[in-house]
Amino acid sequence: MNIVACVKQVPDTEAQIKVKPDGSGIEEGGIKWVMNPYDEFGVEEALRLKEKNGGEVTIVCVGPARAMETIRTALAMGADKGIHISDPAFDGADAYTTASALAAAIKGIPHDIVFCGQRAIDDDSAQVGAVLAELLEIPQVTVVTKLEFAGNSVKVIRPIEGAQLLIECPFPCVVTAQKGLNEPRYASLPGIMKAKKKPVDVKDAGALGVSTDRKARVVRFVPPPARAAGKIICADDTPEGKAAELAKLLREEAKVI
Amino acid sequence: MAKGVWIVAEQRDGALRKISFELASTARKLADQLGEEVCAVLCGSGIEGIAGQLGKYGVDKVFVADNPALEPYTTDAHAMAVAKVVKENDPAILLLGASTQGKDLSGRLVGKFATGLATDCTDVKIADGKLLAIRPMYAGKCFGEIAISSFPQMATLRPNVFAAVENPKAGAVVKFDPALDAGQLKTKVLEIQKDTSGKVDLTEANIVVSGGRGMKGPEGYAILEELAAVLGATVGASRAAVDAGWRPQTDQVGQTGKIVSPNLYIACGISGAIQHLAGMSSSKFIVAINKDAEAPIFTKADYGVVDDLFKVVPEFAKECKKLLA
Ligand SMILES: Cc1cc2nc3c(=O)[nH]c(=O)nc-3n(C[C@H](O)[C@H](O)[C@H](O)COP(=O)(O)OP(=O)(O)OC[C@H]3O[C@@H](n4cnc5c(N)ncnc54)[C@H](O)[C@@H]3O)c2cc1C
Ligand SMILES: Nc1ncnc2c1ncn2[C@@H]1O[C@H](COP(=O)(O)O)[C@@H](O)[C@H]1O
Repeated sequence: MNIVACVKQVPDTEAQIKVKPDGSGIEEGGIKWVMNPYDEFGVEEALRLKEKNGGEVTIVCVGPARAMETIRTALAMGADKGIHISDPAFDGADAYTTASALAAAIKGIPHDIVFCGQRAIDDDSAQVGAVLAELLEIPQVTVVTKLEFAGNSVKVIRPIEGAQLLIECPFPCVVTAQKGLNEPRYASLPGIMKAKKKPVDVKDAGALGVSTDRKARVVRFVPPPARAAGKIICADDTPEGKAAELAKLLREEAKVI
Repeated sequence: MAKGVWIVAEQRDGALRKISFELASTARKLADQLGEEVCAVLCGSGIEGIAGQLGKYGVDKVFVADNPALEPYTTDAHAMAVAKVVKENDPAILLLGASTQGKDLSGRLVGKFATGLATDCTDVKIADGKLLAIRPMYAGKCFGEIAISSFPQMATLRPNVFAAVENPKAGAVVKFDPALDAGQLKTKVLEIQKDTSGKVDLTEANIVVSGGRGMKGPEGYAILEELAAVLGATVGASRAAVDAGWRPQTDQVGQTGKIVSPNLYIACGISGAIQHLAGMSSSKFIVAINKDAEAPIFTKADYGVVDDLFKVVPEFAKECKKLLA
């Protein structure tokens, strides 16, 4: 089976995010970069499919030079090879542009199933998997928490508001991973050693023949709106007194109950 | 020239979902600024009768595709139907809900239209005749103002953030043929396992009562369930509680869980880690009940109670019951 897993390098979830004074972006100094947590689920699922059914796992990543580290992490987990799409013209790319680059790379290799994360935790755009599926002209199932291989298709669980769907999707397809799908493994020491020798093909936009024009642009980054300091309820300092005061404030001041 | 503000309305089991009215109202505001029309697309089977309800919230015209292949929702069928009618009419702006369905469909449409989309917006406006979408990024640690240079300019709106305001317009219903190509309908919904508890989903609830590690164990949630029953709320949880196996994954609020925007969010025994805040900081009112006065959740809370939750919550439920009686 030919399996592709898309990975993005993102700031660690603990990272402090500071907007540049001119609002043109975020300060990147001091940020620890990691594999997007949802992509870890995708890579893990790819490796499990390969271990059970045979085949090869290719990692595809659009990102600057530092993103090579994330590709190596995926290779150290057990993936076979990588494609690193690296071109300054892709910095701050939108979903359409990113997906176009990924699609161009993936079209060039055999692919039965393509994993993405359900969302990248930097831009939080939750689009690339679906755009990619459309550009590859293959079906998609997004936000998947369980996957079962069924020969020429997968059967997956997709939670929606108030229900869970069991969906069957034929190969080739794009699956976007949600927490719950699996427990991603850590790279072992021998894995890390082996990863250094695995092949990674580095390409730029020209080599892929894709446009780097973007359709959506962040015109300004702004800090989150400040929340006015809240009220600590003291009342008479008994739990009963505080509970009564809270109920009263929610009813009369906030008018939410 | 692309013109008009369009929405993709959402229905399930023959009823329009709340997000559809939020979309309609928001589209109306934008369209009034532009002096243009609001149109909605509604897809499903046996749904023609409900389409007119959108008029009440400001929709001028509803394009309806009524076809058995559009029920239940699949990406393949809905994307084909929506893309057809949108391409034929060339709207300037296209809004969808940032619901599970809207997120799944909108990405596919971005591919079909080769356009830009701002996901999960908390505000949208018109600036210089174009859409300016405001959305949290980096889990809400900063916000981005997004401009889109192609048409339709697309955005998905975070459920529960935008008001649904009545503003009656014609709501004329126009049927269209979705021209579904059966060969392209690849995915199949084999089974729908409904949550039988009858609870409102966290993302749609007006009030959410959440418990974290401070609940001490699965039994601790009984007092939250009781409070939720009084308030008509839905119970959520922190990841610590979910990882401990006290609550199902579907209850998790936060960066790797659900993003909620209720009118009232009550956090009980939750410290307020950045990943938790990512899922609830757009709530309109936040209450924190925590015995540690230094817990970071208090920096986000409108009302804070520093005390043992096992003493406060049952009393609070009693008080609410009295007030609401
Ligand atoms: C990649 C990543 C993604 C994550 N995603 C999420 C996510 O989606 N959602 C999420 O919630 N977390 C997420 N986390 C985890 C997050 O960092 C925290 O670990 C988690 O939110 C802590 O949960 P908690 O507040 O319930 O527990 P704790 O931090 O342990 O806080 C428990 C609180 O309960 C209070 N308490 C204890 N007993 C009582 C009592 N009797 N009365 C009153 N108060 C009491 C304590 O004072 C304390 O403040 C993520 C972490 C990572 C690394
Ligand atoms: N630059 C990128 N390189 C590789 N994969 C990406 C990139 N951007 C997004 N993806 C994939 O698409 C998913 C969703 O990303 P997004 O739409 O940006 O939230 C991610 O979890 C990745 O799997």
